[in-house]
Amino acid sequence: MNKKWWLVSPPVFLLISFCVIPLFIMVYYSFLSDGTTGHLTLQNYLNFFQKGFYLKLTWKTISTSLLVTIICILIGFPMAYIMAKVINSGKNIILIAIIIPFWTSQLVRAYSWQNLLRDGGILEIILRKLHIIGPEPLGILFTQTAVIIALIHIFFPYMVITIYMSLEKMDTSLIEASKSLNAGPFTTFWRIILPLSKPGIISGSILVFVPSLGVFVEPRILGGTEGSVIGTVIEDQFFEIYGWNFGAAVAFILLMIVFISTTVLSKFAKEEV
Amino acid sequence: MAYLAIKNLSKSFQNNLVLDHINFEIEKGTFLSLLGPSGCGKTTTLRLIAGFEHQDEGTIHIGGNTIDTLPPYKRNIGLVFQSYALFPHMTVGQNIAYGLEQRNFTKGDIKKEVSKALEMVQLTGFENRKPRQLSGGQQQRVALARALVIKPSLLLLDESLSALDKKLRVDMQIELRQIQKEVGITTLFVTHDQEEAMTLSDQIAVMKNGKIVQMDTPQNIYKNPVNSFVASFIGQSNFLKGRIKENSQFVLQNGSTFSLPQQDYSLYNQEEYIISVRPEKIRVDQTRPSYPHIQGKVKFVTYIGNLSMYLIEALGHDIRIQQQNDSYRDQLKVNDEIYFSWNASDQSILTE
Ligand SMILES: Nc1ncnc2c1ncn2[C@@H]1O[C@H](COP(=O)(O)OP(=O)(O)O)[C@@H](O)[C@H]1O
Ligand SMILES: [Mg+2]
Repeated sequence: MNKKWWLVSPPVFLLISFCVIPLFIMVYYSFLSDGTTGHLTLQNYLNFFQKGFYLKLTWKTISTSLLVTIICILIGFPMAYIMAKVINSGKNIILIAIIIPFWTSQLVRAYSWQNLLRDGGILEIILRKLHIIGPEPLGILFTQTAVIIALIHIFFPYMVITIYMSLEKMDTSLIEASKSLNAGPFTTFWRIILPLSKPGIISGSILVFVPSLGVFVEPRILGGTEGSVIGTVIEDQFFEIYGWNFGAAVAFILLMIVFISTTVLSKFAKEEV
Repeated sequence: MAYLAIKNLSKSFQNNLVLDHINFEIEKGTFLSLLGPSGCGKTTTLRLIAGFEHQDEGTIHIGGNTIDTLPPYKRNIGLVFQSYALFPHMTVGQNIAYGLEQRNFTKGDIKKEVSKALEMVQLTGFENRKPRQLSGGQQQRVALARALVIKPSLLLLDESLSALDKKLRVDMQIELRQIQKEVGITTLFVTHDQEEAMTLSDQIAVMKNGKIVQMDTPQNIYKNPVNSFVASFIGQSNFLKGRIKENSQFVLQNGSTFSLPQQDYSLYNQEEYIISVRPEKIRVDQTRPSYPHIQGKVKFVTYIGNLSMYLIEALGHDIRIQQQNDSYRDQLKVNDEIYFSWNASDQSILTE
């Protein structure tokens, strides 16, 4: 065997013992009828796919993540574009401002949003002062809207930074070349800028979409009774109900969704570049 | 008014005056090179004309109309960038078709125009390649075809050949000039390479610190530079600084004196002048001649095949002389005592 192999053996060992083996244990559990001992069965998966409740929850999780991703693109792209191609100074300050929230715990941020969004909270007061809403309460907290707002806040830095990097790499003279060939701003955006930043948009989308699928903290704290998603189901199974076998099955299904969506998105990125 | 007229064009970046009231005019079909050291404002001039920056002062006219208020995509100016700026996600054919599509050409016309353009730059059959599958010279040609296919009113090239290696660059210079003449397009070419500017241009505008120092044909600039900057930027020259006295005597700053070639010097007053003489215009004698001359000693010899460069020590200066290596002329050797002189018509008397 090649001696150089030993150089990578520590990370490989760590990866196998703390990632691959647990994953197989989890998959194994998902096929057991009860706890760590029961017999092999497909019942856990059947339970999931036979109940409309779980399928609806799956769809809700996917559509929420999709919405979060799309909004992140819509906010993130213009921001990244301005940073990469419009302004000359102050980029670093903006980048730092985007990154700082990373250093705060997700839990703390979720509770901060609770304070901001609750009825009678800061957002309501500001909106009322601006005469955007009347005397009725805001009614955002403990709805899906609150969850989406918080998820966008958490994940959009990934989007901005990846798109920023792809735009930064792109030669500005391409945009100028397009204009010199009589293409207006819209055509230039559609035919040059967008296709060339597609890899960035897609990696950003993977970085936003995938973790959005598995969240459970924000739905719990901000989503109220409406909040359940696949992530909260898994958490409940493992920590509240001790239904490890079903929990493992759901986790494995989520992993498959992640796997399929990542594959599809990456295919997209590779096309004709 | 001339076809392209630049009037009083000025531009500052953060209080730093980069273009200082530039003026020039060229006729239709002219190939003009903007030549100058890095940072003198050449690119800025092109970017103002293309519309990517806006001038603080002055106007730009093409064909009698001002284009000052038009956005870049309405100026109808062809551009070739130093980096070529080919769209990497499009094929060669799509790159060239891009400008035609913006002008609502029919599919059939686009196809015809694209293949004509490819033929012009000798790249027939390359339609379906991606830019990254082409060599530097081929990319350069695609960029040129893409800029010309829209039949622009003006072609701008910014150091477009600098990225190519020497041999390819010379080939591309010739090809560019041929195509330019064929199409008859008015062209503005930016370069810091004087040889390139000499090879290509009908006219050269020498720039320094945001100003045009001299604009003329390559021959005239070479023969009659307006100052020592131009004389040393375009080709090489010897500079002797001093005062002209009566009897055509020239007194150098270090006190040594020699006789200038026969000419009327009454126009020149008592101020300091710089005499500029090109190395190849100096005549060498190995016996003392009867006409005005300077005595010197060969310090260093560089053999360049058909030419030799000599460094001569004379009058406390280093004088460069260049000579053809003809069969009837002896090569000079180090420490040879020589006598050199030049014709009055080959010297420039400069004030700065
Ligand atoms: N966008 C800009 N912002 C600030 N300074 C600039 C900008 N573009 C050019 N300059 C400055 O203007 C001067 C002339 O630049 P340029 O026209 O690119 O010179 P050249 O092409 O002759 O080398 C340089 O000192 C350069 O630093
Ligand atoms: Mg430049």
